[in-house]
Amino acid sequence: MIASFFRVAWHVMRKDLTVEVRSKEVLLTTLFFAVSVVLVFSFAIVREGRAPDDVAAGILWVAVSFSGTLAMGRTFERERYNDTLRALLLAPADRPAIYAGKLLGLLVLLALVEIVLVPLVGLLFNAPILAFPGRLAALLALGTLGFAAVGTLFAAMLVRVRSRDTLLPVLLYPITIPVMIAGVRGTAALFQATPDLAMAQFWIGLLVFWDAIFITLALWTFEPVMTE
Amino acid sequence: MNNDFETLSVVDLARYYGRRKALAQVNFTCRAGEIIGLLGPNGAGKSTLLNILATLISPSRGRVEYGARTAAEGGAEVRGRIGMLGHDLFLYPELTARENLVFFARLYGLTDVEAAAQASLARAGLADRGDDLVAGFSRGMRQRVALERALLHEPRLVLLDEPFTGLDQASTAALVERLRERQQAGCILVIATHDLDVADGLLSRAIYLKNGRIVGSDDDSRGLSERYRLAIQ
Repeated sequence: MIASFFRVAWHVMRKDLTVEVRSKEVLLTTLFFAVSVVLVFSFAIVREGRAPDDVAAGILWVAVSFSGTLAMGRTFERERYNDTLRALLLAPADRPAIYAGKLLGLLVLLALVEIVLVPLVGLLFNAPILAFPGRLAALLALGTLGFAAVGTLFAAMLVRVRSRDTLLPVLLYPITIPVMIAGVRGTAALFQATPDLAMAQFWIGLLVFWDAIFITLALWTFEPVMTE
Repeated sequence: MNNDFETLSVVDLARYYGRRKALAQVNFTCRAGEIIGLLGPNGAGKSTLLNILATLISPSRGRVEYGARTAAEGGAEVRGRIGMLGHDLFLYPELTARENLVFFARLYGLTDVEAAAQASLARAGLADRGDDLVAGFSRGMRQRVALERALLHEPRLVLLDEPFTGLDQASTAALVERLRERQQAGCILVIATHDLDVADGLLSRAIYLKNGRIVGSDDDSRGLSERYRLAIQ
């Protein structure tokens, strides 16, 4: 049962990544958007090579959340075209495994975006990204996981709704506020002049808590919400 | 328990979208080896009924019985015995025909996925185009791959939504032949179509739908156009 769940999730993720490697559509769109966001902020805020204190964490998470929303919409737009989401739901697999596969594919794409984004933020805003790389990676991974877990569920629910591009951020951002707050505050604790490791650890713990709630709810509700 | 089923029963089925009635009081039973045609004008409820039979939509009232079990009772086991060809073909254009078939073979838990995909490509007459992207295929070629995708796991119940749309005469004839072959193999085939010329002589039974209700049915599918006109008027 569990092996079958992970087998299906793996195949769905692999299919998504194969399609992405061929088209590069979602990765390039998301990456250019994320880089543009960071550059616009740097043009507006950075003066004579100096950025104001404590802005880097906020800008990093704004770029992650906005570009992540874009990626979610595009990933499911692909399933809407030719109605392949229905074919996935018709398969004799656990329907939550389909959700897990889509989520994993999205996480790989967002991880690739963040690999470019984090050094760029460090460079433009003088953020000490290498001071505590493990904790920073944990904050980014957990924050992205929580955000993408909710976003994947909503993007799947909205795939046949005409105003899905408008509704996705309207639904997603209010619910993921706890994740965003934890991500921004935790990252800010690492980036500040005197890093507060205890505070970063607290926000990492909170992210684990929110991720567990969001993933459990998403896996639980995916099948009922996808069966109209 | 045997996962397979010999009959498909639709019992007092209704589906509402808000206050709009898409289907009401739909009752019929099909047996293995039958080809059932759902005929009716646009908005008659044919696609909604197919989606309910495919377990993709829940009925607002009534039930569908796959043998002795409903979709809720059968879950993934029942879904594993259903194959569906939608109007939108359910294929990834960025993948090759073989990759599409292998992907779905894996989702259906088939053992030798490469052999299954190769056999499907051969049946579709595309053995030499298996490594081409589906995006480069004509409508007829896509339709053939999509049909083989739907039949990959040898389903008991085959649901087809407007399968003849956009096909030339040769492709239509090949599709009809393939459907007859599945009928001989004991499948239950349910086809929603507007194409009465093709359906004429193919169907075991025609069910006429109008405004979400069955307004007639016919065990003789020859001379279908005239009787369709009378039933739907």
